[in-house]
Amino acid sequence: MTALGVFLAVVRRDLLVALRRKSEVLTSLFFFVIVVSLFPLGIGPEMDLLRKIAPGVLWVAALLATMLSLNRLFANDHADGTLEQMALAPVPLGLLVAAKIFAHWLTSGLPLVLIAPVLGVQFDLGSRALGVLMLSLLLGTPLLSLIGAIGAALTLGVRGGGVLVSLLTLPLFIPALIFGAGAVEADISGMGAAGHLSLLGGLLALAAFFAPWATTAALKIALE
Amino acid sequence: MLTVNDLACVRGDRRLFAGLAFTLEPRTWIYLAGENGVGKTSLLRMLVGLAPVEAGEILWQGTPIARLGDDYRRAVTYLGHHNALKEELTGRENLCVGAALAGQHLAAPQADALLARLGLAGREELPVRYFSQGQKRRVALARLLWSNAPLWVLDEPFVALDTAAVAWLATTLAEHLAGGGMAILTSHQEVMIEGNTAQQLRLERS
Repeated sequence: MTALGVFLAVVRRDLLVALRRKSEVLTSLFFFVIVVSLFPLGIGPEMDLLRKIAPGVLWVAALLATMLSLNRLFANDHADGTLEQMALAPVPLGLLVAAKIFAHWLTSGLPLVLIAPVLGVQFDLGSRALGVLMLSLLLGTPLLSLIGAIGAALTLGVRGGGVLVSLLTLPLFIPALIFGAGAVEADISGMGAAGHLSLLGGLLALAAFFAPWATTAALKIALE
Repeated sequence: MLTVNDLACVRGDRRLFAGLAFTLEPRTWIYLAGENGVGKTSLLRMLVGLAPVEAGEILWQGTPIARLGDDYRRAVTYLGHHNALKEELTGRENLCVGAALAGQHLAAPQADALLARLGLAGREELPVRYFSQGQKRRVALARLLWSNAPLWVLDEPFVALDTAAVAWLATTLAEHLAGGGMAILTSHQEVMIEGNTAQQLRLERS
């Protein structure tokens, strides 16, 4: 079986597991929806203010929702011994880790991207700004999954790992937050989002290259 | 052929064993004995390459296993304490995914046939969560049926198995050894494998 075949088998397995454990996937999605919706309810119909805070609120909520789903990234595989078998597979562990991160994005990042425009309407964002918001999340959520995976792997098997993973990865999410929310703000203020989006894309390329490698190194330490 | 020279294992600040040496030839197997906590699992994890080697060397066909990488991993099948099964997936799905991870293709009908051989016919579509401990262990042991690795490293393979499954596993091991394979396993119960005498390796508390 080719390396691509093994990659797809791992993605398929993780999607199947997520499908049978819908509650875990839906928890972080509903968290995102509820947190974002609380702001317009709390602030009231002040359209100018809502438009102004929309990018920041949506992006911070996306960060926190990703945070919630990070614990299940490797913990279950570690507990049931699947991670050991993955480390012993005759394909590079980095490839399998990349497959797991990709599956994590499909189940936790992609739903946020798809539902974001519906939530953006509550903040009176225009159709163009909603498009930029989706695009920034499309580039940004895989970045969050990649960086988050490093934190999840480092805290694997540590007691109280849930809190620790937040402390470790939230500071690393800051660049994604600045450029992601910045892209939408720049578009609203008429400056054009291209610069921010390019930087976000650059960060994604960098993380796609280094994060699976760093995650693999951390997992090998956890397995020892 | 697996050769171990002057192997030592340190856990924390405690030395579990040192100066361990043995050779495992094709068609033979090692019965690893010892009290709880003497380092049996640690030794097995070192042999498969999961745990780092503190001192000494482990050679496969004369080459250190760390240098062989994927070639060595292709030659070993490891069954640990955990069954490495996904509770949400069915027995059939678990078998197919497990085989894919080892780089082998297993079609659904083949997986069903293996489950039938393990006495799990009719449960192919049932999530493993609903299986008993012994049934889960049987599904985990199914990897021995599709594996073509010459070296089997089994940590307590008989745990939770009923007498029929124990007999089945002994026969499977005998067939594997007769075909030129080798095995190293730990167990707290007497193991009889037909036609083969075990090399007994007893780890002592140091």
